[in-house]
Amino acid sequence: MSAPWLARLGKAWLGLVLFFLYAPILIMALMSFNASQYYQLPFEFSLDWYRALADNSNIQSAALRSVLIALLTTLIATLLGTAASIALFRHEFRGKAVLQVLLFPPIAIPWLITGTAMLIFFFGIGLGRGTPSIIIGHVALALPYVIVVVTARLASFDPLLEDAARVLGAGPWTVTRRVTLPWILPGVIAGALFAFAISFDQFVVSYFLAEPGDTTLPVLIYTSIRKGFTPEINAISTIIIVFSMGVMLVAARFSNFGGGR
Amino acid sequence: MAEVTVENLTKIYGATRALDDVSLDFADGEFFGLLGPSGSGKTTLLRAIAGFIAPESGRIRIGGVSVERLPVERRDIGMMFQSYALFPNMSVADNVGFGLRVRKVGRAEEARRIGEALELVQLENLGQRRPHELSGGQRQRVALARAFVTNPRVLLLDEPLSALDKSLRLDMQIELKRIQREIGITTIFVTHDQDEALTLSDRIGILRDGALVQAGPPREVYGRPGSVFVASFLGEANIFDAEIEAGKLRLPGGGFARLPPGSEGAAAFALRPESIEIGPAPGPEADGFEAILIQRVYSGPVSTLIVEAGGDRFRATVKDTDLPDLVEGVPIALHWDPSALIPIPKP
Repeated sequence: MSAPWLARLGKAWLGLVLFFLYAPILIMALMSFNASQYYQLPFEFSLDWYRALADNSNIQSAALRSVLIALLTTLIATLLGTAASIALFRHEFRGKAVLQVLLFPPIAIPWLITGTAMLIFFFGIGLGRGTPSIIIGHVALALPYVIVVVTARLASFDPLLEDAARVLGAGPWTVTRRVTLPWILPGVIAGALFAFAISFDQFVVSYFLAEPGDTTLPVLIYTSIRKGFTPEINAISTIIIVFSMGVMLVAARFSNFGGGR
Repeated sequence: MAEVTVENLTKIYGATRALDDVSLDFADGEFFGLLGPSGSGKTTLLRAIAGFIAPESGRIRIGGVSVERLPVERRDIGMMFQSYALFPNMSVADNVGFGLRVRKVGRAEEARRIGEALELVQLENLGQRRPHELSGGQRQRVALARAFVTNPRVLLLDEPLSALDKSLRLDMQIELKRIQREIGITTIFVTHDQDEALTLSDRIGILRDGALVQAGPPREVYGRPGSVFVASFLGEANIFDAEIEAGKLRLPGGGFARLPPGSEGAAAFALRPESIEIGPAPGPEADGFEAILIQRVYSGPVSTLIVEAGGDRFRATVKDTDLPDLVEGVPIALHWDPSALIPIPKP
């Protein structure tokens, strides 16, 4: 039996957490609609900063590039990560334990160090900086997350289901498509979202690997802030937040992750 | 439908022989029960026939054709798993139809055969349900329907009824036998439940430590066990060492028993607890002995008496209503018909 005051305290705490999470974002979103460049109150509604955004081809091309890089990263990392998870789940082979252990440290290595290492590596192999290097780098960052999430989902998968499908005449590809993938789909979607978020959000590694004039949105935002902050940044950030939260809400609705099942 | 032949099958895991030179013929249309303690290799044998396990040596033939090199999906086998392994993301009808869709039999044919199979297992109205909405017995029927709907050449059942309640299990035994008869498919099933094996099987095979110990019709294996292991594993048995004096078996506590026919060279003698009767032997020749009653275990229609004589313990199962009021610790007389004694040949 929990006392009523304890339940009220819990609700208050939850409210505080949500306030802590969302207050800065809300203020930023509000300011993107404020006419004043210097955050002066009273609030005066204006779409000036969004209009300025529409004229700023730098921000637009950087945003487009970021989305493209994130989509490609998501596609590659999800395909590779899911395939790797299924392979690790199905097969026993020499060095499997070592391989599984080696998958996790990259999550803990600071991005600054990973970024430096990647820059040296890409120059070493002659690829240098640029969009292909950024994509490869982002895939490398996202892959462990995809594998962790999909492997966690596979842990609840009964391997006998694959046996049952094989006895019924299904070849390896049919077994994967009709039996294994439907079960791990929530994990695959969650993994894909992680991959997208890691890439779209990525500043450090992108900063190292981006060519001048060919940057991603986070890198552009950073360099703009250094030159002088404008509410234009608030506007683009608000758009990104609405977009990301929309994606997350839709995914949460369809994949049931974070609860249920 | 086809006969299955296993020849000199050996499977080694590290230092243990999971299958040790097993040879067995399963006749066309036969219901064959594989029985043995856990780790005896019965499931390994079933999975080797299915193709999940590659044996080190030996042959497996289905319908006269060697299948060792065929992958599981091309062996044309129906298999039912202990946990049923129903696809949770598919309806009952889609579960049953999975093998038909893989074989691309066509929509109409698929629907017709799913309907027939569900009718045979008496689930015709539940095709649209999901597995998690079914009871244990219903799931078992779906798994069975899914296993035979493709008309496989052989049906493999891994502990088919062990996940069910006891009362349901008896009903399903009768059901399983009826369905197997109706489609006439060669069926090999693994069980650790000896009642199930005796009830269902045309023949049973008993495995121990990866080796086949004895195979034959249930009545024959139960009535003529070939070894002390089989006598004690299949049903219960009191074992007497073969101490023969003047053509009679010397019993613990000093009594003697007449030998049944075929006792020459017997290694031991087995006596089923249900063959023993209470009281002194009628007639001049005594086939019995006196023992101390240690414990009386009531279990409804019958009671089991645990008695001790000459330092060994024996069991007798007697109809409870036939029992006089016996106090634990008193000596009682036991006797049996001479034909009840089972000679066990030397290995």
